[in-house]
Amino acid sequence: MLNAVLFLLVLFLSLLVFFIPRSLRYYFTLALLVCGAILTSAWSVSVLTGGEQLLEIPLFVPASGSSLTLVIDSLSAFFIIVINITVLTGLLYARGYLAPYYRRKSPLRFSIHYFSYLWLWLSMLMVVMIRDGLSFLIVWEIMALSSFFLVIFDAEERSILKTGISYLIQMHVGMFFILIAFLIVGKATGRMSFDVLGEYFSTHRNLPLFLLFFTGFALKAGFIPLHTWLPEAHPAAPSHVSGVMSGVMIKMGIYGIVRVLIDMQSDLLVTGVIILVISLISGVMGVMMAIMQNDLKRLLAYSTIENIGIIGAGTGLGVIGMALGNPALTLLGFSGGLMHILNHSLFKSLLFFNAGSVCQASHTPNIEHLGGLMKRMPYTAILFLIGSLAICGLPPFNGFISEYLIYMGMFHSLSGSTLFHSVLILGSIVGLSLIGGLAIFCFTRAFGIVFLGEPRTDRAIHVTEVSRGMIIPQLLAVAFILVIGLASPLAVRPVFAITVQTFGINNPIMVSGAFLTNLAQISIMGGVFVVTLVVLLVYRHYHLRRRVVERAPTWGCGYTAGTARHQYTGTSFAYNYNHVAKPVLQTRKVMDEISEDEIFPRKRSFVSYSDDFFKKILIDMPVDWFSGLLKRIAVMQTGQIQHYILYAFVFMLLVLLLAILNII
Amino acid sequence: MAGFVLIVIAAFFFPGIILRTKSIASGRKGPGILQPVKDIIVLLKKGSVFSTTTGLIFQIAPAVTLVSVICAMLLLPFAEQRALLSFEGDFVLFAYLLALGKFFTVIAALDTGSSFEGMGASREAFFSLLVEPAFFILLATFAMFTGYTSFSVIFNQFFITGNDYVMIYSIIGVYLFIQIAMVENSRVPIDDPKTHLELTMIHEVMILDYSGFDKALIHIGTYLKFALYGSLIYNLIVPAGWNIFLQTGLFLAVQAFFAVVIGLAESFRARNKMNKNPKFILTLSAIAWIAFTVILILTDKLV
Repeated sequence: MLNAVLFLLVLFLSLLVFFIPRSLRYYFTLALLVCGAILTSAWSVSVLTGGEQLLEIPLFVPASGSSLTLVIDSLSAFFIIVINITVLTGLLYARGYLAPYYRRKSPLRFSIHYFSYLWLWLSMLMVVMIRDGLSFLIVWEIMALSSFFLVIFDAEERSILKTGISYLIQMHVGMFFILIAFLIVGKATGRMSFDVLGEYFSTHRNLPLFLLFFTGFALKAGFIPLHTWLPEAHPAAPSHVSGVMSGVMIKMGIYGIVRVLIDMQSDLLVTGVIILVISLISGVMGVMMAIMQNDLKRLLAYSTIENIGIIGAGTGLGVIGMALGNPALTLLGFSGGLMHILNHSLFKSLLFFNAGSVCQASHTPNIEHLGGLMKRMPYTAILFLIGSLAICGLPPFNGFISEYLIYMGMFHSLSGSTLFHSVLILGSIVGLSLIGGLAIFCFTRAFGIVFLGEPRTDRAIHVTEVSRGMIIPQLLAVAFILVIGLASPLAVRPVFAITVQTFGINNPIMVSGAFLTNLAQISIMGGVFVVTLVVLLVYRHYHLRRRVVERAPTWGCGYTAGTARHQYTGTSFAYNYNHVAKPVLQTRKVMDEISEDEIFPRKRSFVSYSDDFFKKILIDMPVDWFSGLLKRIAVMQTGQIQHYILYAFVFMLLVLLLAILNII
Repeated sequence: MAGFVLIVIAAFFFPGIILRTKSIASGRKGPGILQPVKDIIVLLKKGSVFSTTTGLIFQIAPAVTLVSVICAMLLLPFAEQRALLSFEGDFVLFAYLLALGKFFTVIAALDTGSSFEGMGASREAFFSLLVEPAFFILLATFAMFTGYTSFSVIFNQFFITGNDYVMIYSIIGVYLFIQIAMVENSRVPIDDPKTHLELTMIHEVMILDYSGFDKALIHIGTYLKFALYGSLIYNLIVPAGWNIFLQTGLFLAVQAFFAVVIGLAESFRARNKMNKNPKFILTLSAIAWIAFTVILILTDKLV
């Protein structure tokens, strides 16, 4: 009872944001968020530590008798913790990030922003806690709306408003699919709820309903080809919002998919294969497109698609494991996926915050205009480097742990029963290793071009480090990244427990025990790595002190008048890659060639585009076709009343005729 | 532990043997076998020049790369001894550790702001991403062949699984590891470290600005990496159960042979045209697929 009252109190207190004095508004939001986070985290801790397997909190009981209940099982508990960590760091970071806007924007805008932020957080919490279908759809809608308001914070720019509206439309398309799925369940069982899914699945075909749910949730998660909103909305939103959206909001889609999967009883193998294939395509294509991006935040958005692919690959493997009755594969697949959800929420939000810091300091997200920022923004650079290493899945950081679990799932199921199975798994191994290599390419490029070398334009010269208030919250994420990377059993043990509990794995200790030992070995290796590195660097330090150390310009092969513009750019770094990937990526160049008779070439420009292939085919082409059709129909719209009366007359005649012929 | 020490010993002679082979093949007298080691000692004694453009990354990168190679060495077994660290899926860690070293080499090259080094960085990052699948397909084949997923156990079981077709894997495995080692170490036919023009290099152009201590670290890392792959090759040729003293001798012989092969290849083979490299590297994955197809046939899944 107390729990429910406290939660409702948080819900209603959020309204006060509009009435609090301007100077206290941020602190009020923060205080409310911290209280709510403590409250909900306490619930999940009590569920995870095994006090109660299932925590039910009835919020209120309306007259009709169907109560609105928050249900927290271990899966919800996991998501609650992920949400709380990222949303909290996001708000802490927002204080510094929003500071330049204080003078420019009206207080009301800030109230709306904070209110939407709080409600994005609350709606995400409720999404993972509510089982009733209708209430779920309502909070799902609140989540879309609040994130929409957050995205259009900079709505003075027309393009941002347009992006926001396109985002809102796509979210509703997704919601439409979920609504239909729930209606089908409701019609068959008499109740619209996640709780009756098992009942539905036991008597009906599983795949069609799953595909409906999957389409709806995948739109939120950003699986290719349903990802088109993602690379538009993330760059448009303020950075702390992008961090939260990319870090946790899109994972609500994964939550939905997993929640449906729990109850599935047949068609599991084909479901798993579908998820795995779509995920691998998302992973590889996502990072392939990320490499071509010059806008730092757009690059991160595409890399989000890649990571959703990795998470999905783990989930797909888990489902295949369920289908084959292979407990090790189920455990590794789902745990790898869940682990990657946590890991990705940490390093992706970190990277988005840093991208925000870079944009705020240099006023441009275009990496071709930057360079040499490490000297000017050392802390941001190091944080970005840690994020990059983690996202590439390199040891001893946290990304490696989840990728390792997924790899192990794959290698364990390699010698499966059928040819198709073995080839599929080998294909996934190839896919995952390619994703790894491509991610390294993508992030060496991103980090190297933005932070290293010399500044390419004036914008990158006059840059100073962002305020301490923006750096410190990110250390929280870094701490988690390092702890998970260096002491992985600490984090993986509870995740194993969650998977075991959620998917009912037989013989859990025997299966999971072996992998915890493996992870302990990885931790030892991490320790060895760090200690050796530190020893070597310390020795190097003292060694160099006893030698002559000089500073000189970079060696220029005899040419010493080079300028910063001679450096490799992001585009040239990706040139050879682009050459090979062109058939897939559809990059275009626009330039006018120098003709033969042009002895003194005039000034000219060169632009290269990398279009999103899927967006072109799935969104742009149908929309163009449809608007072309409508334009042709618009010939009838003459503006003369006589014509319209004629139309009405023809219509009535038609109806009369059809009625006489007994057709209608 | 023996494996670790042996790799270090092999690394001492490895580059010297390559040099010797090349000089004999081209009819020169050439330097002694320990010349590269002496070069390193000279480098260690020298001071350093750092570019004014560079910063922290440039300073720590060689150390990170070297340490990542040393850590990868801990994962390789020798004879019947297990590796110092051995667990299921350790080859994933092996691959990612080497990738970590590469990550730092690449960003260190970008740190100098030189267009030469940017070019090298771009090529290195691109080629090493292409070679990744070949390594994983090969290891997946071994994992399926032996039923284990750890270097130590795979190599232990390699020759005692009672499979008559083990030769196929030995040959394909050795061939692929040699080629992968060429890509990872940037040697002919992917890259020629002795080319006289920066525009045509990959790895050497990335370390143009290094001098003294850091350059020594980079060289040590490269030599160890050679011996690292030599050790992988050795494990595919010699059954783990043989006498340990015989094994020690054979180990050094295989490493020397590997070095001679590299030396001969560099003497008689031209470097690929740079834009042919992706095709060349992807062919390795295709060959690895063949090995995988063979195992599918052997396990009665195909045909």
